[in-house]
This record gives sequence, C-alpha cells and structure tokens, in this order.
Amino acid sequence: MKYFFIIAGVLLIPLTIAAGLIWGERRLLALFQDRYGPDRVGPAGLLQVVADVVKIFFKEDWIPPFADKAVFVLAPGILIFTILLTFAVIPFTDNFLVLDSNIGILFFLGNSSLGVYSIVLGGWASNNKYSLLGSIRASAQMLTYEVFMGLSLVGVVMMADSFSLREIVEAQRGGWFFIPQFVAFVIFFIAGIAETHRTPFDIPEAEGELVAGYHSEYSGMKFGMFFVGEYLGVTLISSLIVTLFFGGWLGPAFLPPAFWFFFKTAFFIFLFILIRASLPRLRYDQLMEVGWKVLLPLVLLNILITGALVISTGYL
Amino acid sequence: MISILRSIWLTFLHAFHKRETQGYPEKKPYLPPRYRGRIILSRDPDGKERCVACYLCAAACPVDCIALQAISDSSGRRYPEFFRINFSRCIFCGYCEEACPTYAIQLIPDFEMGEYDRKNMVYEKGNLLISGEGKYHGYNFYRVAGVEIGVKKTGEGENEEPPVDLKNLIH
Repeated sequence: MKYFFIIAGVLLIPLTIAAGLIWGERRLLALFQDRYGPDRVGPAGLLQVVADVVKIFFKEDWIPPFADKAVFVLAPGILIFTILLTFAVIPFTDNFLVLDSNIGILFFLGNSSLGVYSIVLGGWASNNKYSLLGSIRASAQMLTYEVFMGLSLVGVVMMADSFSLREIVEAQRGGWFFIPQFVAFVIFFIAGIAETHRTPFDIPEAEGELVAGYHSEYSGMKFGMFFVGEYLGVTLISSLIVTLFFGGWLGPAFLPPAFWFFFKTAFFIFLFILIRASLPRLRYDQLMEVGWKVLLPLVLLNILITGALVISTGYL
Repeated sequence: MISILRSIWLTFLHAFHKRETQGYPEKKPYLPPRYRGRIILSRDPDGKERCVACYLCAAACPVDCIALQAISDSSGRRYPEFFRINFSRCIFCGYCEEACPTYAIQLIPDFEMGEYDRKNMVYEKGNLLISGEGKYHGYNFYRVAGVEIGVKKTGEGENEEPPVDLKNLIH
C-alpha cells in the first residue's frame, strides 16, 4: 500500500510541478523583463494553468492528412513516458523513491536517449519540411550532448563508487560533489539544457527559424504533451543536478529532507528560466563545435584528474 | 564566457527593477488635458450652444464621421438641427477641433467608449452636448464677432470699436 502511494506521488508531483511551471516560467520571465505576466485568472494568475489545460483539452486535435498517423500519435507519448520513467530512480528523500536501482544513472542516460526518438519521430511523421529540419537538428544536437553528458557523470560515479542515485546522495554526507566535481557540474548543466531543448539550445524548436520545429504540426493535447514534456524535462534535470552534485535531500536538520530536495530543485528550475531569459539561441554547428572541441576534452580531463586523485588518495 | 555570465547576472538584476506594466483597468493612466479622446460640443458662458453649424468640422473630417444640419432660430442665430458623430469611424485626429471657429467642438481626455452594439457608437447632439464650457472659459463667439442676433449690438463687442461713420469727414 505504501509502495502504491509512493508511485502515485512520484507520478503526480513532477506532473503538477511541470504544469505549475507553465505559470511559473511566464511569471519569472515577466519578472526579468520588467513585466507582470499572467495575473488575471485566480490569485496571482495561478489558475491560468487550469484555464490553459481546459482550453487545450477542448481544442481540435488535428492530425494532418499527409502525416504518418501511427508514429505521429506515438511520438508525444514517448517523451512523457521516458521522462516519467526516469523519475522512478530519483530519490526524493531517503525512503521516498520507487526504485533504488544499482544502475540508476545508466537508466537515466538510456531513457534520455530514448526520449530523443520522440522528437525525431514527431518531426519525421509530421511530413513537413520545418519539422524534419527540427528533427535533423535534434539528432545532431543529441549526438553532441549525450557524449559529454554521460562522461561528465563518470567523475561522480568514481567518487561515490556506485551507479545508484541513493548511494550517490549518501556518499555526499561528507561534502557535496559540486565542489570537487565543479567542471562536471557545469558541463552536466549545459548538457541538461541541451537535453531539454531550452533557450540557448532550443535549436530543434527555433521558433524564429522553423515555425515551431519538430512540433509545428501538433495541436491540442498532443502539443500539450510536448509542452508539458519540456517542463517535465526541466524538473528532471534539476532534480538530477541536485541528486548528483548538491546532496539530494541532505541539509540542515531543522527542516525535513523533502523540503531540502524540493528547495534545491526549485533553485535549479529558477536557473533554467533565468538562463532562458538572458541568452540568445546558438546555431547548431556552434553547439557541436563547443561540444566536441571544448566540453568533451574538458570532461575527459576531469575524468583523468578525478581518477588519479581517487586512486592516489585511496578514496575508495 | 565572462560575457555570458555577465548577461545572466544583468538579467537577474532586472528582477529588482520597476515594472513597466501599466495596470490599466485598475490604475487609470494620466491623460494630459489636451489628450484627443471623445468629442463633445460645449456651450458658451450664457448656456447657449456654441456651435453655429458652419460645417467646417464636417468638411475637415478625414473620415466623414460628422453629420449635421444648420437651422436658425427666430433671432437669426444659427445652430445645428441635428449633430451626429459616428464614433466607430472617428479616428480622433482633432481636425474638427482645429477647424471650429467658435471652440464649440472639443476633444476631451476620455477614451473608454466600448459598446456591445455598433449602433451605440453613433452619438446624437443630446449625447455630445455638455452643460459647461470645456477647455475655453468665458469665450462667447457672438460677443467677439458674428452678426447681430441680440447678444451684442454692432460695435459693442469685446475688443471692438463702434463702426466708422463713412459720411463723416472728420474721421
């Protein structure tokens, strides 16, 4: 019974946060741009989300006649599915987690790679030039960031001596990993922004160039799933950063561990939105250039140094 | 690299700046006295209509939203029989106010004229006339100029001298 509640919580909490982020991002962007944002519906505009959801459910769910129907319908589901699945291995607190997998990090990396299929297939099935261009960019981007994203976690794994996210948090009782693994943290954050396709790296969407990129042809709740999927991704990457580098639920004891986890996650979500408010979009060759020529060597160097230090100091 | 961090920091600082948004329906904006909004017809200090139905406003109107018909009363004073402004056409350019020789037609700082029915945007004379003098206090066209209609005798107006007796050689 307790297990059932945990599963329901792990499914519902990220979805609620992601839906709330639709409002939160608009309010925060407005704050950085000296505006107010949505403040009409309900207290401080909070019911804007409800209004949007009601609207999007009643919208016409249009599948273009030239689209590949089965794949077209499947694509947005893949995105939500892979991201929600990854939440299963995230330890919200010491005992509030669905699966204490001993391959937690690999599970996340695998799922995030599968998530790209959603974008590639969505753009392909739309049978539309702009969507296809978005998909091509998404696959080029994925080839770039997946490499240094995976490698940036090797240092953390070496220090914690485990792939399990819960044990990685436990290993940070002596000190959070963002100090010894600062380079890895920055690179993982950059990869996370690329993974969620948010502004400096919203290259597959690029509304200035590609209409809306891979989801140009999507409408109604199918578009809504891509939309919520983006915010779910932001929540996921933020909670992973907290888990891997900022000690997860660890924190001063006067507040419950769950609070510390959500507080830290909220901070990184805030950072995601702040970065979106400040930086312009890169070209995708620029992302690949930085990824392969700068970040990949840096991350390899980080692995080398971490490995040398772990062996020489007998950290194991 | 530094410039990226700098621009993120500068964007963050904007969180503490004053917001540019005007909370319009709750907080009314300041409209200057000469703001060109809804059009009114004013009266002179004696409470009579200033409008002499000269048609200059209707002629000046670039969108032809003003319609009126001149008529005169028993003393010979001209006034509009009807005066109609179609505000769904009006572009609030103020040319009618500039054209008016008697300060009768004036634009005032009010723009909240939303209606559910398009017909309600057509204002008749009764809707346009106000009981006051508008922007120009104490001005009465017939005391300064114009034909004799019982307001003043010829040569007795403001800044006016009695007419010269053409048959008198002394002048």
